[in-house]
Order: sequence, then C-alpha cells, then structure tokens
Amino acid sequence: MLFSRTLLKRHSVLPGFDLALGFTLLYLSFIVLVPLSAAFLKTATMTWPAFWDAVTAPRVLASYRLTFGASLGAALLNSVFGLVVAWVLVRYEFPAKRLIDALVDLPFALPTAVAGIALTALYAQNGWIGRFLPFKVSFTPLGVLVALTFIGLPFVVRTLQPVLEDLHKEIEEAAATLGASRLQTFTKVIFPIISPALLTGFALAFARALGEYGSVIFIAGNMPLISEITPLLIITKLEQYDYTGATAIAVVMLVSAFALLLAINALQAWTRARQGR
Amino acid sequence: MSAVIVAPRSLKSATTEPVWVKWTLVGIALAFLTLFLFVPLAIVFAEAFKKGIGVYFAAITDPDALSAIKLTLIAAGISVPMNLVFGVAAAWCIAKFEFRGKNVLLTLIDLPFSVSPVISGLIYVLIFGLQGWWGGWLRDHDLKIIFAVPGIVLATVFVTFPFVARELIPLMQAQGTEQEEAARVLGASGWQIFRRVTLPNVKWALLYGVILCNARAMGEFGAVSVVSGHIRGQTNTMPLHIEILYNEYQFAAAFAVASLLAGLALVTLVLKYAVERRVRAQKKLAGERAE
Repeated sequence: MLFSRTLLKRHSVLPGFDLALGFTLLYLSFIVLVPLSAAFLKTATMTWPAFWDAVTAPRVLASYRLTFGASLGAALLNSVFGLVVAWVLVRYEFPAKRLIDALVDLPFALPTAVAGIALTALYAQNGWIGRFLPFKVSFTPLGVLVALTFIGLPFVVRTLQPVLEDLHKEIEEAAATLGASRLQTFTKVIFPIISPALLTGFALAFARALGEYGSVIFIAGNMPLISEITPLLIITKLEQYDYTGATAIAVVMLVSAFALLLAINALQAWTRARQGR
Repeated sequence: MSAVIVAPRSLKSATTEPVWVKWTLVGIALAFLTLFLFVPLAIVFAEAFKKGIGVYFAAITDPDALSAIKLTLIAAGISVPMNLVFGVAAAWCIAKFEFRGKNVLLTLIDLPFSVSPVISGLIYVLIFGLQGWWGGWLRDHDLKIIFAVPGIVLATVFVTFPFVARELIPLMQAQGTEQEEAARVLGASGWQIFRRVTLPNVKWALLYGVILCNARAMGEFGAVSVVSGHIRGQTNTMPLHIEILYNEYQFAAAFAVASLLAGLALVTLVLKYAVERRVRAQKKLAGERAE
C-alpha cells in the first residue's frame, strides 16, 4: 500500500504494483545497492591523503594509462571496422552473410577466459597469426589492445545496424539528383545521420573495455608498469590483503564507469531524437 | 527515348557503390572478422583436439573438471531463476504503471553492466569477507560465503542482474496495459492476468533474456575469480578451472574444457538467432496495435 499511495502518479485497475515494486526495490538493494555502497563506505574510512596516495601511486597511474589507452584504441578500431561491417551487412549481399551476421555476437556469448586463452595462443610468437607478425603481440600492451578489440566488437556493429536499416533511400536519391557524388552523399548526408549511433557504439565498447579482466590477463603478460591493467591491480592488492588500497582504486574505476554510463544515456537520447522517434 | 532508359540505371548507380568498392568493403569486413572472431573460435577446437580424442575426454572427465562443471551448473541454476523472477517483477511495475522515480529505477537496474567484473566480486568480499562488515559474525556462526559456493552464486547473480529485466521492460512498455485492463474488467485475478494475458505476449522476450543471462552466468570469470578462493574440486567453476590448467601449461586440457564453453556459446548464438525474430515480431505487433 505504501508505494501506491506515495509514488503512483495515475490510478490503475491492475493489481500487483506494491508487491512487484516492493520486491524489485528489496532485491535491487540487497544485490546491487548495498554491496556497491560498501565500496564507497570503505573508502570513506581512509584519510584524503591516504586515498590520494593509493590512487596515484606510479604503478596505479601506469595501469590507468594502459587501461584507458588500450580501451580507447580498441573502441576506435571497433568504430572504424564496425562501421564497415555494419554497412556491408546491411547494404550488400554475399555468401554466408546470415551466418556471419549471427557470429558477430560471439564476444557476448563466449566466456572471457576462453577468448583470453584463444587469443593468446593465436597471437603468441609461434601461433597461427603471431608467426606472421614481425613484432610481439601476446605478453605486450598490444595484446591488451587485441583482447579489448575482441570484447568490444559487437557494440558498434549492433548499434549501427538498425540505424542503417532505417535510412530512407529517398535521401540518398535526393542527394544524387542534386549532383552529389557517392562519396559526398556518404560524408555529407549519411554520416551525419548515423554519427550519434556510431558515437554511442564507441562509448559502449569503451565502457566495456575499461572493466574487462578475463580476456586480458592471459594475453597481457601482466608486467607491473608495462602491461598491467587496473582490474588486475585491484586483484593483486586483494591478494596482498590490502583491502583499502584495492577499494580505493575500485572507487576511481566505479566513478569513471558511472560517468560514462550517464554520457551513454545522454547519447542514446540524442540518437533517438535524431531519428525522430 | 534513350534518356528514359538511362535515367533509372544512373539513379541505381547513384545510390549504390561501384562493384570494386563493394567487394573491397566486404573484403575488409571479412578480414577483420576473421582475425578477431572466426580464427579465435576455430583455434579453441583445434587446440582441444590437438593431442587426440583420448586426451580430450580425459580432460573433461577429470574429477576436478567434473566438479567445476557441476559448480558452474549450480551457479547458473540458482542465479538465472532469481534474476528471472526479479526481471518479471521489475518489468511489471515499470511497464504497467506510471510512478515517480521510474527513470532512476531503470538506470539503477542497468548499473551492474557498467561495473567491472573484478569490482563486482570485490564488493561482496567487503561485506562477507573475513575483514568485512559481517565477516566476524559469519565466522562466529561457522558460515562461509566468501571462498565458498554462496559467494560464487552471489557474484554471478550480480553480473547477470539486468539481463531478463532489460529484455522485458521495453517490450511490455510497447504493449501497453489495455489487454490486462480488459482482463481485469472481465473479472480475472492478478495471477490469471499475468499467466493468460501478459506471459503469452512476452514469452519470447523472456526466453531471450534467460538465454543471455545463462550464457553470462556460466561464463563469468572475473567476479567469480575474486570470491572463489580457487579451491580445487570445491570452489572452481569451469572458467576458473580453465585458468588453472592453462597456468599449469596443460594447454590441451585447458582448451578441452574451453571447447565445452565455446560449444555453449555457439548453442547460445543459435538459440538467440531463432528467438530474436520472434521477439521482433512481438515488438512489431505491439507497435502496430499502438498506432
């Protein structure tokens, strides 16, 4: 009764509001909100200088640089190639297209540990791909980039596909009638329409890459200051029973992730507004 | 006359790319997908069977492997139904009622997706671990959550939290409340409305959410790794078992267990593909009804 009196904006004849919302809030609190607040409360027991030292130690700063840099690189790679993949899947016909389309979701379905050992084996110096490369990939920061590219691959493709499908042919015909070349039509007509979706896909891939752990740790080599990602550093600190240190770094990552989440929500609202929905 | 024939041809060429551009783009897309998707998938199976079928079966019937498989099934078997019930409850109140704070609630439900798996495990250690809030109390009562099965289940529930809810909510919002209200007016009880009206309308989306939720539950690595304690035969799930084998240089065995999970991923993709079209049809139907 409590919820329906205070929160309900419009009366409804349907039953179950109090029960459903009550259960939802209770479950959400127990599973998500209380545990997450534990991280912030634990950090609140630290003094400000201690917190600052914990999150800006050289080894930690190096891990931020690698994590944010490789995530950015992977998201950029995925934006470029994801656009090509989405375009090809929507616009052209070629053999095995449906199978390939379905397989794009593989990184969502394949456990990260499996992806991690597979990529490591492939890009190792004697691996199927690694042996043809003149430089080392596995056990270097480049390996981190490879793993994060794999993990973020579906995001750009899947956010662009529906937007490309909804694109009206008439707009392109109008551009052509007015004398635009195909390239001009793409850069001046199509690209501005799909750019919010592209940006959203980029942000989603970036956000996913920031927190990634399983696929990276096998291929990274995990050398402190060189190829150690921030989530691994959190685990290392936990294993040394440095709970406050681990939590302080976790809070920095959580705050960045939440800021990114807000940005993505705003981007998605913008995408919908652009599409006039 | 010739202008009439030429016009449609030039219009077509004006809205598609030249053939060489098309095939270059297809080539780039396929090369990228091959390097980053197809070959990694293929190598899992190639490495798994590299040392013969005997080694393969020995690896997946090893007692530690079997106990890891069992624990993975337990973790998924508990967390998927829990998040299913939650997803239905959340979708019911969010999609069928108008209330204050709905958008905040929607954002909070999605929150676990933006939390790093490692942090998802860490927060439970902070609460239930020996140094944590309730660690002392748990120890005094001889209860174990961290480095035991309950912790693994909790971490799995956290990382798979939004899957069912986020599939159901948009569909149920699009479907509106008219059918449920009609059933109510005709005298149906709440449970009857849900079972006979709402459930048939959303069953494919529900299944879709469950498929994705299950895949993540069985494959989760980071969060489970933090809370597991890696006790062989007791608190190792399949992904953790793979890590141990890999770190012990038992590559064929690691890839053998990995091939089971890769097989699960392929089954997930097939099911997802089959169900996806039905979800889309239900969404389209809801959209048409609304118009």
